[in-house]
Amino acid sequence: MASHEGAPSVQAVLSGKRGRRIREAAIRGALFACAAASTLVTVGVVLVLLGETVAFFREVSIGEFLTSTRWEPMFQEQHFGVLPLLVGSVLVAGGAGVIALPLGLMTAIFLSEYSGPRLRKVLKPVLEVLAGIPTVVYGYFALTFVTPLLRTVFPQTDVFNAASASIVVGIMIIPTVSSLSEDALRAVPNALREGAYGLGATKLEVATRVVVPGALSGIIASFILAISRAVGETMAVTIAAGNLPNLTLNPLESIQTMTAFIVQASLGDTPQGTLAFRTLFAVAMTLFLITLAMNILSQWILARFREEYQ
Amino acid sequence: MSGPPRPIGSAESAFDRRRRIYGLVFAWLCGFATLVGVAALAVLLVDVLIDGLPRLDVAFLTSFASRLPERAGVKAALAGSIWIMALTALIAFPVSVAAAIYLEEYAPRSWLTKTIQTNIANLAGIPSIVYGILGLALFVRALGLDRSILSGALTLALLIMPVIIMAAQEAVRAVPPTIREAAYGLGATRWQVVRGQVLPMALPGILTGTILALSRAVGETAPLIMVGAVGFIAFTPQGVMDQFTVLPLQIYSWISRPQDEFRELAAAGIIVLLALLLTMNAIAIVLRNRAQRHS
Repeated sequence: MASHEGAPSVQAVLSGKRGRRIREAAIRGALFACAAASTLVTVGVVLVLLGETVAFFREVSIGEFLTSTRWEPMFQEQHFGVLPLLVGSVLVAGGAGVIALPLGLMTAIFLSEYSGPRLRKVLKPVLEVLAGIPTVVYGYFALTFVTPLLRTVFPQTDVFNAASASIVVGIMIIPTVSSLSEDALRAVPNALREGAYGLGATKLEVATRVVVPGALSGIIASFILAISRAVGETMAVTIAAGNLPNLTLNPLESIQTMTAFIVQASLGDTPQGTLAFRTLFAVAMTLFLITLAMNILSQWILARFREEYQ
Repeated sequence: MSGPPRPIGSAESAFDRRRRIYGLVFAWLCGFATLVGVAALAVLLVDVLIDGLPRLDVAFLTSFASRLPERAGVKAALAGSIWIMALTALIAFPVSVAAAIYLEEYAPRSWLTKTIQTNIANLAGIPSIVYGILGLALFVRALGLDRSILSGALTLALLIMPVIIMAAQEAVRAVPPTIREAAYGLGATRWQVVRGQVLPMALPGILTGTILALSRAVGETAPLIMVGAVGFIAFTPQGVMDQFTVLPLQIYSWISRPQDEFRELAAAGIIVLLALLLTMNAIAIVLRNRAQRHS
């Protein structure tokens, strides 16, 4: 492969044995850089949030942020209690959980234990579609269908209310629960089911006392992940639940979640360096920490409590 | 726990009867629960179609947004969505595939690899609006890219990269090791094995994952609000530094108006958005089927 001249050409070097090694190392380095770049994103998120959040807490005490019950950052007399937003997020996510966790788990049990393979092949993609619909569409659905329905049943319901947002977010996260739980249920070996049948158990007893306990870590992990998604959900909640920071547990009232506040604040003109701009980051930081904690918890449960089946 | 033993063929005991009925009730409940999700999807689609179909025509696709609802259309938003989708794919695809190849084919079993892997899983769980804040601080402000298509595409690329990486890893993992061993046996280098054997076999799977991730990006609203996409744009973008709007944002801006005419516009916009997503998913399914036939 060497060239005719005394000094080998670049091409010859690259195709030679040593050149080959250099090229392989360069490619390896480039690929590694791409993988490592993903960690930079996390570092970027943390640094960006931390920088402005620290600046925020120079002006507002952490005590007020965590304990004050009023969130009025845009008013003349400012109050920076994150509790109304936090409770708003918890209210919506909790309501969504009440809907999605039992429905999702029962869907998973149906798909894994009861339905035949043909029915399963139809149902699974349909549920996947549910997960793929843009959240702004769920917002529209909440506002034009769910809320009017709620208002005929409970006439005192506000036009914007937490319940409507909870219902659509609940529908939205059913596939998260059902598909992850189903994976966990199906990972339970058939020998366990057959053993239980052999002892005279009914299908219900096999499902609820053998299969579900055997898949419990996966099921709980799917629950936490789904709730974490509900907490981070933005558009459906912004459209349906309103923009009124309101410390209440009544789902029929208008509220504001952390995510909805971030949207509202960034829709208005918030110049960089102002306190209003920094509230955005302080709230985002709170949101980030909560969802991160839930995601890590869910991974830890999966790793720690997984039943190892051969 | 079980009832008293009874000879075969004797009448069912009250206890067993109860167990049988509970079992039936539970089976029906689970089937019903599954139907709730399916029914919700059906109601949602029908609701949107009833509201939006009457408003949907060619003029709707070829007109810009307007203060007059009868003249408004999605031209700018549709163009913006396609721009954003293309640019996001261009940025996210190569980096994600490279990362996935490194993690599957090159990475040693070390704490660093484990950290990167855990980190990618965590990135996938960060709410999209937080990515929007990152985009606002990093691309719009720090890098001075302003409220451009580029800012939006970079933000969405960060958002979907973890999803593409994980899908690509799965596709690469599904390539049988014997193929690699055969190539190594013929004296191929690691990169030759990856480029000549692993990538071509994994490509349909990688593309499927990428298209699904892109369809998520196309449906995103919140991060683009953060990086300053606006609801009213009366031109189609000519370059990556132009201001832009996208379909979900246009829909949101119509939903936020109280008049019924704008609600109809929103519903018609949703139909266009869902049609776009449906097309992308159909392509993904075709690719997936082709991949399954070949393996």
